[in-house]
Amino acid sequence: MTTATSKPQAGPKPAGAAGTEKEKWLHAYRQMVSIRLFEEQVNEVYTRALMPGLAHLYSGEEAIAVGICQALRVDDYITSTHRGHGHCLAKGASPDRMFAELLGKEAGYCRGKGGSMHIADPATGNLGANAIVGGSVGIATGAAFTAKTLGTGRVAVCFFGEGALGQGSLYEVMNLAQLWQLPVMYVCENNQYNEYTHYQETTAGTILGRAAAFGIEAASVDGQDVRAVNEVATRLIERARSGGGPAFLQCDTYRYSGHHVGDINREYYRSKQEEHLWKTDRDPILVLTKWLTERGYADAASLDQIASEVRAIMESAVKFAIAAPYPNVDEVEKHVYA
Amino acid sequence: MPERELTFAQAVREALAEEMRRDSRVCIIGEDVAEAGTPFKVLSGLVEEFGAKRVVDTPISEAGFTGVAVGAAMTGLRPVVDIMFGDFITLTMDQMVNQAAKAHYMSGGHWKVPMVMRTTLGATRRSAAQHSQSLHAWFSHVPGLKVVLPSTPFDAKGLLKTAIRDENPVIFFEDKMMYKLKGPVPEDDYTIPLGVADVKRSGDDITLVATSSMVQVALGAAILLEREGISAEVVDPRTTWPLDEKTLIDSAKKTSRVIVLDEGYGRYGVTAELAAVIAEGAFYDLDAPVKRMGAMHVPIPFSPPLEDATVPTEQTVFEAARAMCKPS
Ligand SMILES: Cc1ncc(C[n+]2csc(CCOP(=O)(O)OP(=O)(O)O)c2C)c(N)n1
Repeated sequence: MTTATSKPQAGPKPAGAAGTEKEKWLHAYRQMVSIRLFEEQVNEVYTRALMPGLAHLYSGEEAIAVGICQALRVDDYITSTHRGHGHCLAKGASPDRMFAELLGKEAGYCRGKGGSMHIADPATGNLGANAIVGGSVGIATGAAFTAKTLGTGRVAVCFFGEGALGQGSLYEVMNLAQLWQLPVMYVCENNQYNEYTHYQETTAGTILGRAAAFGIEAASVDGQDVRAVNEVATRLIERARSGGGPAFLQCDTYRYSGHHVGDINREYYRSKQEEHLWKTDRDPILVLTKWLTERGYADAASLDQIASEVRAIMESAVKFAIAAPYPNVDEVEKHVYA
Repeated sequence: MPERELTFAQAVREALAEEMRRDSRVCIIGEDVAEAGTPFKVLSGLVEEFGAKRVVDTPISEAGFTGVAVGAAMTGLRPVVDIMFGDFITLTMDQMVNQAAKAHYMSGGHWKVPMVMRTTLGATRRSAAQHSQSLHAWFSHVPGLKVVLPSTPFDAKGLLKTAIRDENPVIFFEDKMMYKLKGPVPEDDYTIPLGVADVKRSGDDITLVATSSMVQVALGAAILLEREGISAEVVDPRTTWPLDEKTLIDSAKKTSRVIVLDEGYGRYGVTAELAAVIAEGAFYDLDAPVKRMGAMHVPIPFSPPLEDATVPTEQTVFEAARAMCKPS
């Protein structure tokens, strides 16, 4: 088959694998801090009523997006969710155009027409965030179908929250992916809550048991440990890339904020004590900080330096987005059809 | 040399085969599409020519494989999915309406979804309420989708080739009762643009706007009307979206009377939309309100005399048209 529209854009090297171990994990650190500080700015901008719509923050879950995207090539595909800023950044999007999109500005990744829940970026293989829970499982599996049919060597990663385990279409495509041995990895970000309901109230059986039913290679990992996530993701992704078939990865994690920024009183569904425990004992940035300093790869000063560089980038991204113009109203009828 | 004739099913198959030869990215995905060639045998022979990698049998997972087709289309293939019966589009709704129809717009024009969904419509096959519906209005309602309703073998081939070459999701509805209908189909590579209506028969006294197999019904009614001295024009929009409003309105202005015929439900349906377009565009030239004829507003019954009562026929259209032209 010809590959008219799908030339690989980069070599087979994982985006984050460049350089030494130290460089790799310092890069991971920077990316996790980028997501954390991006979301801090979102919270700020949202609270100042500058951002229309809804904002679902990824804070607390950074190690998953970063650990997995570090195991991907630039031309590999991802699909994302309503809680998608972290995936988008980790895959390589730039914060200024992301913020512009969040504010509905023309300079945004989707010219302001997608917003927070629909950012897509072909240049980094991001097929798009999706505001339908489980809505992108078909798209990711289809991208893997293309990769296999055209022999491009690409892999597709499908991020979804454990809430999507309730959607039948997930199991339809898992069945297809295993039958056809497609290079796709399903990543279940189990942050414990489907909106305001604990997942154990909505999920019968076990999460991995679902993958086992289809004979899909499956693993679970501490989603707060970026190195652990990266290690297992690398194995499963390379297995898929070399024709070994699909994989399912359960990442246990926690979202620090409400379901969305306005979800402030949360005691009726989870305790402050539980939140505190995750934030102090299992924070993904602290976990990596500890490892980096123990190894002598970094010290407090060098990590602070990274954080302040990132903060400056995020602040200027927000400034850029606030100053950027809205699309012209005649844009409204553009791109309905290609 | 007499013109070559093909059945509607053969015309569809020829369009697919030609497009698959022309473009190696075109593939077929669906239930029993390969060796079985679908229950209607529309696809017979294709897997033998193109292989199982391009004529892909799936499990019975309409939502799943339609979703896969959306993703495959976004990333470089041009899938044609087969939904065995139009009634089963219900299972694909999220994929078509929330994903396929919106990916281009939501991404600010970055992603495209060049896919085709082929499915069926049409009653009177004695298949009862879950295998007989004509639900094309549902997709016609959604911006980002295009909807094609071929009425002849000639149109089926030309429109399907265009649909496959289109950069957008296109749903192609085939009336299952027309698969054996024969008509002239050129052997060459021709296409018919989407959004261009066709005047199937010209006339002066009344316009019968009809879609899909209702075009055949309208043409039959036109012959009956001719015997009564009434000259009927039959206009086939061929696509509900994009819609060739001008041809419909021009014909209405010319004849001053219009019946709109479509096998879907009339309420909030295709006939409602077409009648509104005509009423808005030709109001001052009309001698009578636009009349609509479609499926009765009931689930399609199994019992043959009941089922037959649900859809317009040559006779009922003839009578309605005669009453409009010669009020007693
Ligand atoms: C099909 C569908 N049903 C319901 C919703 C409303 N909704 C948005 S997010 C959400 C919870 C999702 O939980 P989960 O998948 O675990 O993701 P998380 O928010 O925890 O990251 C719900 C119910 C939706 N967007 N789509």
